[in-house]
Amino acid sequence: MPAQDLDEESSAWLRHLGADGRDRQAAERDLHAKLVRIALAEVRRRSASTPVTGPELDDVAHQAAADAMLAILAKLGDFRGESRFTTWAYRFVILEVSSKLGRHYWRNPPVALDADQWERLPDRFGLDPERQAEAAGILAEVRRVVDEELTSYQRRVFTAIVVDGIPLDALAAALGVRRNAIYKVIFDARRKIRRALAANGYLDRPGVEQ
Amino acid sequence: MSELERLERFLRADPRDVGCDEAMAVLHIYVDLVAAEQDAAGRYPGVAAHLAACGPCGEDFTGLLLAVAGG
Repeated sequence: MPAQDLDEESSAWLRHLGADGRDRQAAERDLHAKLVRIALAEVRRRSASTPVTGPELDDVAHQAAADAMLAILAKLGDFRGESRFTTWAYRFVILEVSSKLGRHYWRNPPVALDADQWERLPDRFGLDPERQAEAAGILAEVRRVVDEELTSYQRRVFTAIVVDGIPLDALAAALGVRRNAIYKVIFDARRKIRRALAANGYLDRPGVEQ
Repeated sequence: MSELERLERFLRADPRDVGCDEAMAVLHIYVDLVAAEQDAAGRYPGVAAHLAACGPCGEDFTGLLLAVAGG
C-alpha cells in the first residue's frame, strides 16, 4: 500500500522499522515494550482459564512478545494497510499468547475429579441444575449419538472438548494440529448430533442449521 | 429460555461460519472496524458468526480489542 494511504501513525511505524541504525533500534524497542505490556495484560486476563500461574505465566507473556516481535519483523512486507499497523502487530502477540497457553496446559493439567465426566455435561451446556430433568432425555440421546454415530476421531475430539472440558488450543497442541482442524471436527459433530436429534423427534425445525 | 433451547443453541452450526483460519486472518481488520464503531458484522458476517461460536477465537477477538483500546 502506498505510504500516503496509511494513517500517520502506521506510516511512521513502517518508516522507523524500515530505517537503519538507531532509528530502527528505537522503534523495535518501543514496539517490543508495547508487545510485552499487551502480552502480560492478556495472560492475566486469561489466568482464570489456564492452569499456568505465577512466574510461569509471566514467562509465557515474555516468550509470546519475543516470538511476536520476530514474526512482525519477518512479515513487515505483508502489512497491506487494511488496519492500523499497531492492530496488525498486536494480533501476532495475542495469537502467540493463545498458542503458548494451549501448549503449557499440559505441563500442569487440572486433575479430573471423577472418571465419568459425562455427568457434568449439563454444566458444559450451561443448563440450570434445577431444570436438568427437563433435558435428561435429550442428554441421553446426545450421548447415544456421540457413542454410535460419530466417527472415532469425532468422538475423541468431542469428548475431550465438550465432555472433559479440555481447552481447544490445548487439544490442538496435543494432537499437533491447527485450532481450525479441531474446530471443524466439533462443528461437524454438532451438526451431526443436531440432525440426529431432529430426526428422532427431540428437536423441532429439523432442516434449520442455524 | 428452556433447557431444550439451550441445547439447541449449543448445537447450532451456522453455515456462514468461516472457521478459525479465515477469521484470524482478518481479525485485525475486524477489530479496527469494531473499535471505530463501524458495521464489522455486516461487512464480515462469516467472521461474526465464527466469533460467536468459537470460544478461543472469541477470546482472541476480545484480547485484541482490549489491546487496541489500551493503545
